[in-house]
Amino acid sequence: MTTTTTRTHPSVGQGSTTAVKGSAIAVLKAEARLFLREPSALFWILAFPTVLLCILGSIPSFREASADLNGLRVVDLYVPVAVLLGVITAGIQAMPPVLTGYRERGVLRRMSTTPVRPGSLIGAQIVLHGAAVVLSAALALAVGRIVFGVALPRQFPGYLVALVLASLAALALGGTVSAVSRTTKITQTVGSVVFFPMMFTAGVYLPVSTMPDALQRVVDLTPLGAAAQALDAATAGDWPSWTHLGVTALWAVLLMAAARRWFKWE
Amino acid sequence: MSATALPGTLLDMAIIEVSGLHKAYGEKKAVDGVSFAVEEGEVFGILGPNGAGKTTTVECVEGLRRPDGGSVRVAGYDPLTDRGAVTRLLGAQLQESELQPKITVREALELYAACYPDPADWRALAERLGLTDKLRTRFAKLSGGQKQRLFIALALIGNPRVVVLDELTTGLDPRARRETWQLIEEVRDSGVTVLLVTHFMEEAQRLCHRIALIDKGRVTALDTPAGLIGRTASGTAISFRPSAPLDTRELAALPSVSSVTEKDGRILVDGTDETVNAVLSLLAGRGVTAYELRVTEATLDDAYLDLTGTES
Repeated sequence: MTTTTTRTHPSVGQGSTTAVKGSAIAVLKAEARLFLREPSALFWILAFPTVLLCILGSIPSFREASADLNGLRVVDLYVPVAVLLGVITAGIQAMPPVLTGYRERGVLRRMSTTPVRPGSLIGAQIVLHGAAVVLSAALALAVGRIVFGVALPRQFPGYLVALVLASLAALALGGTVSAVSRTTKITQTVGSVVFFPMMFTAGVYLPVSTMPDALQRVVDLTPLGAAAQALDAATAGDWPSWTHLGVTALWAVLLMAAARRWFKWE
Repeated sequence: MSATALPGTLLDMAIIEVSGLHKAYGEKKAVDGVSFAVEEGEVFGILGPNGAGKTTTVECVEGLRRPDGGSVRVAGYDPLTDRGAVTRLLGAQLQESELQPKITVREALELYAACYPDPADWRALAERLGLTDKLRTRFAKLSGGQKQRLFIALALIGNPRVVVLDELTTGLDPRARRETWQLIEEVRDSGVTVLLVTHFMEEAQRLCHRIALIDKGRVTALDTPAGLIGRTASGTAISFRPSAPLDTRELAALPSVSSVTEKDGRILVDGTDETVNAVLSLLAGRGVTAYELRVTEATLDDAYLDLTGTES
């Protein structure tokens, strides 16, 4: 028999599963303060993509229209690259070591002895890195427009949808990296290993449109490759293809499931 | 002080009940049938060598680990299935856990206060734990003692009925350790039940009403500190270096002597209070002087060593 005496207590029952009122906000606020104390993460996510854009944009030949690029200038291609650089840096380089560090140091364990779930710390980190991506993208677009006269995305809602999906996929990939890496050191290594293929498929090193057809078809199936195509389409004024949006969304869902499945709290 | 009692007889008043607890990590049985009950308002010690299963036991009480067998109840609630209820009434200080390195003391107190429906006033708590002038200091910059005081504050911030302190004073210098003991006494005096894991005898003897001695995943003794000392084989130990050779068999034949051992010219006689006189008169009769004579009463250390076996 496994009968146990059930006691009734006013504060237990259905209420016990709901978080303490305001605790999620308190966690987010505390984590936001801590996030602002990480100058290097802030630099690489927020400033570096735009700094890179400015450096490349300062090269005169990059500001001249090129027949090879269908009349576009190199700097026009580098605005989307800068945006994706922020996405990938936040999701794969910056966030995973924080999550693994929280697990390694027992921060998650400590939180799990309170009525608040340790997942609220993870949730806060995802929200903060997501917010940083949006700011980073806004900065790159604004500087691109103001300094180098790069046109803003013409299909703005489509661009936003693609950007959000790309961020979710990158953050979910980062969550998976943290889930499968036991220590912060391993997380950084795995993060770097994942980082370069993501940069490549996003067209950071070589614009996807200039890649051979066969390679393009493979790249179209990768989370950031598809996202890059979707962003490019929206920039040009078209609603992104449902295939590209779908591929990115599917990756985001799969990677979120993988991260949840494999993430260890201690 | 509570009287010596068997765990089973306390169930009605018990705030923590652990019965037949089993937990294995792979092949290794970390906890192998541990049972005890802690009364409300009591300081209950869990004492034992490293790797005895102390931390695993309290982690099951805290709901951080799922037992393989047996049951754990905190105020009648299951720490795993009634997690919400247990986390509200139990505050914990974990053995190996840190906070975010850049969080300040004040931010940590505010954050953890926000985790509970009816938190204590964090300012008062900081004051009580001597953290007021450290409120703006980041966690990573705190000393070991300050970190432990912060962890005590966080364990108390939800106004718990039970606090679990796991090797709280390990790594602290003697002064910080004594200060921490005083804090625990204050916590006890405020009516909070304390479950204290330690491997310091002095700490257990000073703070605990009752102690469960755990060795190799089992409770080998459960008693008051005085009760445990009373169980030791040797009540009184006499040791000295004789000025002339002495036949140890003569000593062994003395009344109430339980054992005689000789090592490096030093003789150790275990017995009772009566043994002291008998040994001294034998020495006087033989004209032997006892150099470096030492008479020691059994302590919790002796009880501990007796009850935890000889293997290291």
